[in-house]
Amino acid sequence: MKFLNHNLTTVRDQFLSGNAKAAEIVAEALERIKKYDKKINSVVTINEKALQEAEALDKKRASGEKLGRLAGVPVLVKDMFCTKGIRTTAASKILENFIPPYSATVVERLEDAGAIVIGKTNCDEFAMGSSNEHSVFGPVQNPWKEGHVPGGSSGGAAAAQAAAFCFGSMGTDTGGSIRQPASLCGLFGIKPTYGRVSRYGTIAYASSLDQAGPLASSTKDAAEILTAISGYDKKDSTSSQEKVPDFAQNISEDISGLTIGMPKEYFGSDLNKEIKETVIKAIEVLKARGAKVKDVSLPHTKYAVPVYYLVATSEASSNLARYDGIRYGRRVPSMDLNELYCKTRAEGFGTEVKKRIMLGTFALSSGYYDAYYKKASQVRHLILKDFMKAFSECDVIMSPVTTSTAFKIGERVKDVISMYYNDIFTTSVNLAGLPGMSIPSGLSQEGLPIGVQVIAPHFQEQRIFNISQVLETSLKLTKRIPDGLQ
Amino acid sequence: MDKKSVERIASLSRLHASEKEIEYYSETLTMILKHFEELGAVSTDGVEPLVTPTQVIPHADHDEVIVVTTPEEIIRNAPEKSGNLFKVPPVVGG
Repeated sequence: MKFLNHNLTTVRDQFLSGNAKAAEIVAEALERIKKYDKKINSVVTINEKALQEAEALDKKRASGEKLGRLAGVPVLVKDMFCTKGIRTTAASKILENFIPPYSATVVERLEDAGAIVIGKTNCDEFAMGSSNEHSVFGPVQNPWKEGHVPGGSSGGAAAAQAAAFCFGSMGTDTGGSIRQPASLCGLFGIKPTYGRVSRYGTIAYASSLDQAGPLASSTKDAAEILTAISGYDKKDSTSSQEKVPDFAQNISEDISGLTIGMPKEYFGSDLNKEIKETVIKAIEVLKARGAKVKDVSLPHTKYAVPVYYLVATSEASSNLARYDGIRYGRRVPSMDLNELYCKTRAEGFGTEVKKRIMLGTFALSSGYYDAYYKKASQVRHLILKDFMKAFSECDVIMSPVTTSTAFKIGERVKDVISMYYNDIFTTSVNLAGLPGMSIPSGLSQEGLPIGVQVIAPHFQEQRIFNISQVLETSLKLTKRIPDGLQ
Repeated sequence: MDKKSVERIASLSRLHASEKEIEYYSETLTMILKHFEELGAVSTDGVEPLVTPTQVIPHADHDEVIVVTTPEEIIRNAPEKSGNLFKVPPVVGG
């Protein structure tokens, strides 16, 4: 395995300098998937044209054509991104045979930058879940420990990247779905500011919360991918016209004078000891490099989970109305149109998705709207104000990502409340539209990865990358391949 | 949430639900909503609902036709079709 221990940037540089062919890099990635993914179950569809695309790229390079920042790099994308001509399912039975006639802007931008999308990754159905146990393709295994979840909903993207099946993967994050699996699989995973990345062609779960972002094995790799996919897209009216810096180029380890906020609400007495120690240790590292630490308060934190689940499910109930068995997807035939809708949706959606559609429909229904959806949207505003106030006193906020390390498959799936409260440290970031990243900063006694979360004000992703780079250098966070997958 | 409410919500959601599923939803949604009741304690008088987290500046485009796909490509995914048309069951009484 020639490229196994390489990062995205090293593979790209080898390709650009002519020391490696895109076709051999892609072939090795495909070989690894074939060899190891039967157990992990992270990849649900292979791009059959990946090798051809790599060969075409080799020709372009040989002819001296200018190539992008991801040139020659095999990537995997969550099955929530539409890929022209390649099956896109959202891990749902209702879309099991859907072949999109167009690609998501994220996919187009990856390809424009020279990346080769080699396949699609498993996820929770319609990105609804925190463990990747709600997928029509079955659960994904955490490459670090068999029988454990990789997190969710971008569990396949995280597991595939941790297993070194690619050199960067793409997830979506509505309430923590990039950061939580990144934490559980030992990766760098960033959810950008809402609007930073176009949502066009990304299957919608909750439109005011959804953002796409990369999972990678180094700070610079994540920064390269985010730079490539960010920026205004006229096909998404919520995408921002804010200038996109070259995050990778601008990474600086000079963090002296930077103030880190520690929200007391995130460090309660019930916080897992190993996770708390890991976050504190990371903060100590940053202090030693000249950062200052300040206690801040985010008083509405405890309401983030109910607000999230009411807002997200309300938006989902509307977004998922389009799956009606008429224009695409599965259909259960009937002579009556309403019955066709009801039977198609009942058969096509899984239990968790149906539960969320029902909850959202209820929260929006006549007589309950004010008490549920409107109330949640008002508290959402208070959560945003908490962050704005905290950011008047600090430059970034640091916190845990998850309540525990990777847990056993099946352990929490029946306990809905405990599963929902997995998201306690991540959902508020989506509600406020802020950028947040999980940085792999330690291992538990069991040998399972622990991430720390860095949150910044809107459009200040650079601060996060700078901190991530300091931690990466200081904690010597080099790419590690789980045992048995080398 | 009682079974009658679940039936109403399932109907609004266009989801067929068996007796067993109605029971499951009734129990689960009641439990979830009970946990979410704590929101009621937050004072939100005069607080505007936040529906999108960042400021979106409206952008006007020229009103011009851009061909991005073809009817054939769009219809390809239809579960039932007739030529370039989506086929549906009768919607008016026969």
